[in-house]
Amino acid sequence: MWNLLRPALVMLGGFTLLLGLIVPLGFTGVAQALFPHTANGSLIVREGRVVGSDLIARRMEGAAWFQPRASGSVAGDGPSNLGPTSAALLEAVRARADGQRDVPADAATASGSGLDPHISPAHAARQVARVASARGLPPAQVQALVDRHTERRLLGFLGEPRVNVQRLNLALGAP
Amino acid sequence: MTLIGWAQIAFLLTLVLATAVPLGRYIAAVAEGRVGFLRPLETGFYRTAGVDPAQGMGWQRYVLAMLALNAAGFLLLYALLRAQAWLPLNPAELPGLSPWLAFNTAISFVTNTNWQAYSGETAMSHLSQMAGLAVQNFLSAATGIALALALTRALAAGGVQALGNFWADLVRITLYLLLPLALLLGMLLVAQGVPQTLSAGATLEGGEVLPLGPAAFQVAIKQLGTNGGGFFGVNSAHPFENPTAITNLLQLWAILALPFALTLTFGRMVGDMRQGWALSAVMMLFVIAGTALAYAAEAAGNPLHIAAGLNPADGNMEGKEVRHGIALSALWAVATTGASNGSVNAMHDSFTPLGGLVPMFLIQLGEVLPGGVGSGLYGIMVFVLLAVFVAGLMVGRTPEYLGKKIQAREVKLAMLAVLVVPLCVLGFSAVAAVLPAALASVQDAGPHGLSEILYAYSSAAGNNGSAFAGLTADTPYMNTTLGIAMLLGRYAIIVPVLAIAGSLAAKPRAPDSAGSFPTHGPLFVGLLSGIILILGGLQFLPALFLGPVAEHFALMAGQTF
Repeated sequence: MWNLLRPALVMLGGFTLLLGLIVPLGFTGVAQALFPHTANGSLIVREGRVVGSDLIARRMEGAAWFQPRASGSVAGDGPSNLGPTSAALLEAVRARADGQRDVPADAATASGSGLDPHISPAHAARQVARVASARGLPPAQVQALVDRHTERRLLGFLGEPRVNVQRLNLALGAP
Repeated sequence: MTLIGWAQIAFLLTLVLATAVPLGRYIAAVAEGRVGFLRPLETGFYRTAGVDPAQGMGWQRYVLAMLALNAAGFLLLYALLRAQAWLPLNPAELPGLSPWLAFNTAISFVTNTNWQAYSGETAMSHLSQMAGLAVQNFLSAATGIALALALTRALAAGGVQALGNFWADLVRITLYLLLPLALLLGMLLVAQGVPQTLSAGATLEGGEVLPLGPAAFQVAIKQLGTNGGGFFGVNSAHPFENPTAITNLLQLWAILALPFALTLTFGRMVGDMRQGWALSAVMMLFVIAGTALAYAAEAAGNPLHIAAGLNPADGNMEGKEVRHGIALSALWAVATTGASNGSVNAMHDSFTPLGGLVPMFLIQLGEVLPGGVGSGLYGIMVFVLLAVFVAGLMVGRTPEYLGKKIQAREVKLAMLAVLVVPLCVLGFSAVAAVLPAALASVQDAGPHGLSEILYAYSSAAGNNGSAFAGLTADTPYMNTTLGIAMLLGRYAIIVPVLAIAGSLAAKPRAPDSAGSFPTHGPLFVGLLSGIILILGGLQFLPALFLGPVAEHFALMAGQTF
């Protein structure tokens, strides 16, 4: 019995110490030294204030701002997890599509995380007229800004074309 | 479906196969004790534990050693989760877990399932994540690979008793394979945006708090070890856990790399690479077919939503992230369920009925396509034995595999291993479908509600860990029954498999003769695929027709619930 228990306890204790404390703490130190920006959440700091993260959508209320994708949960930070035949989901999609045709799918659905920082270029283009009129800017100028913030596919085929809403709104500035 | 979507899928699968070759060779070297760049640390473990790494173990001793480690791991993790409120590295001051949830979570991580009835950022202290969950991610993965190596040695040698030394296998796989890969992958993830900090979170202007933590290292091992448990609740759909196209590809690669590499390790160790490639081919066929089905279903979108005005070219984006897109969300769903990983980059609950059927069916096929690290290899061996047995029956010869006679004892044990999962999944699902305590957990009405139940028990018994996450899993009933399903799904397969290994190891390995049935060419690949589909899948068809298939026809008829 002891010749079974002793190795089990030693291995568990040893590896908990090594893989659970020593290595991850050392790894954290190296990550903090090499990549301080990303290791701490890719925070965006403006004049000493933390206004958000490059990676997380943050809703700015009002017609003058580009809006990120819908969040599935009431708390605003999760997926809906509703199934394809859910009446509640269909109702939500109908309300977001608002009777229009060819609505970009990401404009009328909730994301997987509820925090999706991106919208599709088509979804952004759909918001240009509203944002431009709320700000009294020519739509072409706003669209040009959207184009500048559109990230392309890596090597032409990896990933999806997308627009970071947080970055776009910061570039727009206060109306 | 688009050409670019398929190009992404082809690129990733090619990368997996290309890296499987050197990785497979390296794992064989580790298994044979030929890698030793951390020798002082390695021998330190042996000396403190009082084990002789050169001393072989018979199958019973090998199983007992594995069970002793897993049992101790369960107790330590349970205690840690219950007591986290009083322990350090708890900056968010989170309370301890309830007994039910701690029981479920401890089993979940020790069995390499990583079913999560909690949400990481609101339930787990940094200490619980780092020193509890992530440690079991390493050890359960190393356990799986060790067992696969033991079975491989049984087939490679003739007339022996010993299957290797469990402790030596465990230490070598952890130190020389999993740890270096996790460090490398983890640092690449940090560079791309996955956080690695001990702070509780960042307070934004306005008071909102973004939870942060030591995520990158844990995400790396969760993928490499086919564990799948997310640092954050929404797993690899969370922009912190999987922020870019590059992290998406890296993690997809990490899910599939080791399971495929291990088939080639197998080929190398039994002295015939063609045997390993045949297993790889079967696994890859299912991955490609599954991806084609899931991708087609998701790209076609939800007809009701399209009728409501959504652009039909965009596909079903509910529960998916813009940066990951339809193609790689579909491939991920297939990879994570084929490989017994269970992490998600999109919500399976919101997939179309047929798009959601594919991942559920891949779990039900036995988690062997390619299966978890190690568990996929020893799992597919069960089907291999049954395939040569069926072939033997057809021509009236004693079945053989790699020159070893497959007899009544092995076939009975293999059938036992194959029957445990369906019995467990269908039994628990049937009870849950009528029991009020279970039905209270179901979110969606109609056939989709049954799918949520069926998926949960499939995921637990298959040691997968993904979910149709609308289901409320953190209830005493669900925590207990899913915990039992995870235990049965792991150990009721491992013990028969190791018993098979013990009995095969003792048999002599006869040279090939003119009458031998070749177990490499296309004929065998077809036979094995058929056996997996029929023996692994057939029992589930009636249940699948009541769930996802019925929902598909309801959707086509425009019915909602």
